[in-house]
Amino acid sequence: MIRVVLPFHLRTLARVDGEVQLEAGSPVTLGSVLDALEARYPVLRGTIRDHVTLRRRPFVRFFASKEDLSFEPPETKLPDAVATGDEPFLIVGAMAGG
Amino acid sequence: MSKVRVLVGTKKGAFILTSDGKRQNWEVNGPHFAGWEMYHLKGSPVAPNRIYASQTSGWFGQMIQRSDDGGKTWETPGGEPTPTPGELPKGESNKFVYKGEVGTHKWYDGTQHPWEFKRIWHLEPSLTDPNTVFAGAEDAALFTTTDGGKTWQELPGLRRAKGHLWQPGAGGMCLHTILLDPSNANRIFIAISAAGAFRTDDGGKTWKPVNQGLKSPYELPDPDAEVGHCVHRIAMNPSRPGVLFMQKHWDVMRSDNAGDSWQEVSGNLPSDFGFPIDVHAHEPETIYVVPIKSDSEHFPPDGKLRVYRSRTGGNEWEALTKGLPQKDCYVNVLRDAMAVDSLESCGVYFGTTGGQVYASADSGDTWNAIVRDLPAVLSVEVQTLP
Repeated sequence: MIRVVLPFHLRTLARVDGEVQLEAGSPVTLGSVLDALEARYPVLRGTIRDHVTLRRRPFVRFFASKEDLSFEPPETKLPDAVATGDEPFLIVGAMAGG
Repeated sequence: MSKVRVLVGTKKGAFILTSDGKRQNWEVNGPHFAGWEMYHLKGSPVAPNRIYASQTSGWFGQMIQRSDDGGKTWETPGGEPTPTPGELPKGESNKFVYKGEVGTHKWYDGTQHPWEFKRIWHLEPSLTDPNTVFAGAEDAALFTTTDGGKTWQELPGLRRAKGHLWQPGAGGMCLHTILLDPSNANRIFIAISAAGAFRTDDGGKTWKPVNQGLKSPYELPDPDAEVGHCVHRIAMNPSRPGVLFMQKHWDVMRSDNAGDSWQEVSGNLPSDFGFPIDVHAHEPETIYVVPIKSDSEHFPPDGKLRVYRSRTGGNEWEALTKGLPQKDCYVNVLRDAMAVDSLESCGVYFGTTGGQVYASADSGDTWNAIVRDLPAVLSVEVQTLP
């Protein structure tokens, strides 16, 4: 079971509190987690990655086990600690600056 | 007694203001979608409790929200969880994809640049079908839904109207105005910032620029160009759909032949720069604008917030000031932030970038702030309810 932490606005949109728990197949990859998340919450389609290209939206970041995976391809395996649910996968709204 | 519902989109959420027909006491409900930019909300003319809203974010993109109870509760059409695990979601309510080859438009450096969807500026529900809505996009294009917002399709004929020559201004290349002709279902007018006004007479298949008479000597190398004029807003009275009024970047204009030609009617305005323009609900020659000092100084001249009213269809204007701040006022009123109700004594409403929404229940003679200190107001629409 994968634990996913969504940013505030996406939690509101998906109408969830706290973490989301998902089955994301095996191996657990960046892409499989996002696929599972969007299948469970269709309202999130297009908010994290583009509908058509599936490219990450510019101001969204993916963190796992203190690593920034934002620039990694979708087939990237997530760290074991995230794949086993010991640590969460973080989807983060990038800092706006200012 | 009739009721009035004012739909306010702001930089940080949506607000719904309601009052009875006297329009003296107001209830403020919101924020809805707190923290999101709410570009526009508008109700269906045939099912007023059906309201569509454009919710957008620089981080998370575009959402379309829909209410069927007058804004009490909202849903993303088709975005509900799938009933069966593993079943693909059906709804694509925020999927705005340009049809066919994406194509290019003129870019700031003069090169050609591909269209890129950014957000929906304006939603215009059909005059006859609550499930049909038109949506104006940035980068400029017109989309439509016929299933209540679950799916959207582009009407690509518009971008064939010299789209390769359109060039974004500083505010983005947005399609911000959509006017549906109540006497002719096949006729639609739209306006695009820094591209101009366009009209279809075949339900959106083909479009032509309708900018003859517009002059932009300080913005375009050819002041009379067919496209490229920075139209800020167009308004019509539904009883006379062939008569259009326009607030251009500079100049207030009118057309008496459905946009085929335009004449300037700025007359004695203190500045003919501004954003919104609207028409009285019952007097088709009574129009309203909010003059702004200049394109470089987006605030009212002399720090005085004044609506100007013409009862002669332009040229002769009077300042409406009673109840509006007449010193130290430096707010702006954006293009989609003015509306009128259709009560017997016509109500006029506008919102400011300072977060006030002002209302007049007497055609503009006197004004009151019906709410203050909201986030910057992006849009104001009014529903007159039985």
